[in-house]
Amino acid sequence: MTLELSLNQQPAHLRQGSSIGQPLTRRDGFLKVTGAARYAADNHPPGMLYAVLAVSGIARGRVASLDVEAAKAHGGVVEVMTPQNRPPLATDPDAKNNPFMFRLDLLQNDRIRYPNQTIAVVIAETLEAATEGAALLSPRYEAQPARVGLDGAESFVPGGVGIGSPAVHHKGDVEAGLESAATRIEATYETSAQYHNAMEPHAIVAAWDGDSLSIDTPSQGLAMAQGRIAGLFGIAPQNIHIRSPFLGGGFGSKGMISGPQVLGILAARLVGCPVKLVLRREQMYGPAGHRAPTRQTLRMGMDREGRLTAIDHHAKTASSTFDDFFEPAADASHTLYASPAIATSHEAVRLDTGTPLFMRAPGEATGSIALESAIDEAAGACGMDPLEFRLRNYAEVEPMTGKPFSSKALRECYTLASERFGWQRRPLQPRQMPDKDGFLTGWGMGTATFPAIMFQAEARAVLRADGSGLMETGAQDMGQGAWTAFAQIAADGLGLDIDQVDFRAGSSDLPNAGIAGGSGHTATAGMAIHNAGAAVIARLADLATGHEASPLFGAGNEGVLARGGRLYRRDDENRSESYGEILARAGLAEIDGRGTGTPDPASREAYAMHAHGAVFAEVKVDPDFGQIRVTRLVGAFAAGRVINPRLVRSQYYGGMIWGVSFALHEEAVTDRRSGRIQNANLAEYHVPVNADVPSVEALLVHEDDPYVNALGIKGVGEIGITGTAGAVANAVWHATGVRPRRFPIRIEDLLG
Amino acid sequence: MKNFDYIRPTTIPDAIAAAAEPGSAYLAGGTNLLDLMKGGVTSPERIVDISRLAELNRIERLADGGLRLGALVRNADLAHDPEFARSYPAVAEALLSGASAQLRNAATVGGNLLQRTRCSYFYDTASACNKREPGAGCDALGGENRLHAVLGWSDACIATHPSDFCVPLVALDAVVEIEGKKGRRHVTLEEFHRLPGETPQRENGLEPGDLIVGVRLPAEAASFSANARYLKVRERTSYAFAVVSAAAALVVEGGKIRQARLALGGVAAKPWRARSAEAVLLGADADETSFVRAADAALADASPSGDNAFKIELARRIVVRALMSALAGTPGRLPALPASPFSSIPGVRHDA
Repeated sequence: MTLELSLNQQPAHLRQGSSIGQPLTRRDGFLKVTGAARYAADNHPPGMLYAVLAVSGIARGRVASLDVEAAKAHGGVVEVMTPQNRPPLATDPDAKNNPFMFRLDLLQNDRIRYPNQTIAVVIAETLEAATEGAALLSPRYEAQPARVGLDGAESFVPGGVGIGSPAVHHKGDVEAGLESAATRIEATYETSAQYHNAMEPHAIVAAWDGDSLSIDTPSQGLAMAQGRIAGLFGIAPQNIHIRSPFLGGGFGSKGMISGPQVLGILAARLVGCPVKLVLRREQMYGPAGHRAPTRQTLRMGMDREGRLTAIDHHAKTASSTFDDFFEPAADASHTLYASPAIATSHEAVRLDTGTPLFMRAPGEATGSIALESAIDEAAGACGMDPLEFRLRNYAEVEPMTGKPFSSKALRECYTLASERFGWQRRPLQPRQMPDKDGFLTGWGMGTATFPAIMFQAEARAVLRADGSGLMETGAQDMGQGAWTAFAQIAADGLGLDIDQVDFRAGSSDLPNAGIAGGSGHTATAGMAIHNAGAAVIARLADLATGHEASPLFGAGNEGVLARGGRLYRRDDENRSESYGEILARAGLAEIDGRGTGTPDPASREAYAMHAHGAVFAEVKVDPDFGQIRVTRLVGAFAAGRVINPRLVRSQYYGGMIWGVSFALHEEAVTDRRSGRIQNANLAEYHVPVNADVPSVEALLVHEDDPYVNALGIKGVGEIGITGTAGAVANAVWHATGVRPRRFPIRIEDLLG
Repeated sequence: MKNFDYIRPTTIPDAIAAAAEPGSAYLAGGTNLLDLMKGGVTSPERIVDISRLAELNRIERLADGGLRLGALVRNADLAHDPEFARSYPAVAEALLSGASAQLRNAATVGGNLLQRTRCSYFYDTASACNKREPGAGCDALGGENRLHAVLGWSDACIATHPSDFCVPLVALDAVVEIEGKKGRRHVTLEEFHRLPGETPQRENGLEPGDLIVGVRLPAEAASFSANARYLKVRERTSYAFAVVSAAAALVVEGGKIRQARLALGGVAAKPWRARSAEAVLLGADADETSFVRAADAALADASPSGDNAFKIELARRIVVRALMSALAGTPGRLPALPASPFSSIPGVRHDA
């Protein structure tokens, strides 16, 4: 099936000069607002059947019986897949041979290890028949007591947190630092379990042709998904074609292929025809990852001038009983505030839940709200303004490692955002700003930070004799704007107008673009695109400068530059030649070049690389009811080079609103007895609505970074959450005098 | 989902005859029923689609000065009817504080009265629920119940009725018009919904086949139009059910309360008419002291059914504020954030 997308046929976009840096509107916007963008579940190959999951109603135990006959007797039901008839796999789904490989529940046995685990798959001619068939299975269980909550099991120190970070870190002597401090604070904060809740549920349309597999499914990492599926089914990766042109959000939950997606492939294998499987909203609460709850205790000591003498950040979190992902919350204290002594540590319990996974700013989001709350308390204990306190403890080098920063325009962020916000008028004490309507008003701030991560990516560039260009990389657009930003980088890399560039992405038969995660996709795939462009331009320059008939003859590669579809001599711009002329003379229809994007180990060793920001929040709190409204958010961020300021601002808005959500709304309410999540729907699992975020401003701070990569890109996808959540919490304190100790902040916490 | 028969009768008698068969359910806006069916919470054998019975879609002024709302009048159409909003501002405000614009476009007058609780244990078919399966038990007791009932609950059920619309309606003595096999009858809304007792599955006085054809507001209901408000505390600014809400309506003369109406939402299995509080208010000075006494009276019988003791104090405060807001006068136009504390105080910027 061909991709119904032609990005270079969109109307011309307003711009001047190069494409990078221009606020182009989304090139896929027209397709999306007209409904023409084809998401995975929109596909409907001939002969397709519908698969529906039957999921566990208990957290722990085993399936004692399923009424398969009743399900199969229902009109339209074709097959019921259970552990008895599930097609064989080449790899045990419980095997794990790298930290990015997570154990999957693929009907390998009758064991239940979390609520909403798949216990059978019903395949039918219609969605309705499959749904009713699943209900008719009427499972009976042998249940064991569920282990629920951070105190629900014995705790231990995990072998590592996040991906390979040690659970315990320290520099200096924290106890001595606390001992010598003039002022000390100690505070404990709790954060709730949260679920990604992408608007688009996990969905798959799978079709087998012999040992070749064709898949439509949303994926943040096409090559990784391809490799995982290849391993599970024992087929060559190149026999698997995954199309993922658009994701309706991912936020980490579509980073790795999830169990239900693989079950869709197994169902297609079992029945021998194409199968569609789409998760119901409540089925996303279990097998597709989540953000684990945390309980964090921070201790800080300060000298008489308000300088930190010690930071101790301890986090307790939870993972599943059968796999390892530990939210690295305490690591947030490694990078922000200077202190001669810093210790971070983690402990964890194993609960009867699905395995927690990466969720937008994993570790940074949970850690930031606790750290920024504690910093606010520390400033208060020293009688200092929270901004002044942060500047007093400004880290000139990365605190934990002592490495210099590759760039850090955080001071400029503080200045710009605080001036825009009007922070200097803030009284130090809480409850000092009742407004004319009787609401308590509070102002709070937080520092935002996120590492500038890069993975590995490849791209292929083509120049054609008609003067147009093609750029290919299997990049993923989760809604962040990859179709547009990468086309901009491609246009500049090829020296072409953006409308002359055909940009292809979102398909596994294109070069591996790495993962759209860790806020590193633009930097990683962007560098691959940039380098592929440079490679093909170098070939073109060879053709021109090596040919006597060319006006560029003898200029040498260093002596030409590409712009607007022509190569120019650097020393004499009157001498130039179009790409088409060069290729025509050489008798070539097209030439290509390849490039890779990869982190530079030497500069990564020498420098600490992070994006930074400062967020200021105003809240109004009803003094009698404790209902909170965030009336104003101002953030300023420095994240290296900005490819498209319109898209980047949108990323900051989204992140900041997520920060509001973290502080005030999101919580998976888990029954303390059964372990079942009670609000697995978007009516009761709250995220902000428009009325919750009346005024959000994101300011872009210029930052040149010569070390992160040649394009100077850091990443903007996750940083907006950090800082913001703490700023809202601190504003609530400033409004009410009540220090929020658990998140989301509840009405009853403020009723007094 | 389970297969069902679908019938679209063209007259009310045909509808009633069809729905009188066991396992039938009326379909109007479908904003609640379809969710319940998809979730396996209810599985009707027969859907009787009344949504095209045009005679139920009218707003009629009655000869006695009252108003009759056809059961199929959409929430949005009713709330945006200028004359309705002028006469019954608290009802319009309550309607606009509920759900989302899309849901209000579909949801109906009759359906709103019949919407089911949002108790998560009712929706979760793996949990025990006496309302869903009589005799099964109540997993909300001892469970996650910080939003559950503080008035009128029983050990069999601690769920709340989620409606906003019903709260000012019950305060204004609304009457439900029911057509059944034995003809038409009228039941006050206050009597229409039942407390759980030992039979939480019996939520109202409808018999099989009974069809709500309309809701009447008596002539007197419009006499509160100058001093009527609905106030709703919720956990996000819009598109959330009430933690606690209150409708307050006053007639004040010479600083004395001549008429008072008060009802609470989100606190019980039915919209809660606070008659003891009204008795306190009647003839009292129209001031905060009286309102505090009224609030104490309204919540005198309240008790927590779980982790929700805070709702009792919250409800007291909401009662006082709702009465203060009603006393201050109905605003000239509906606030941009209907029923929100962030727009209930005179002069507040709605878009602050």
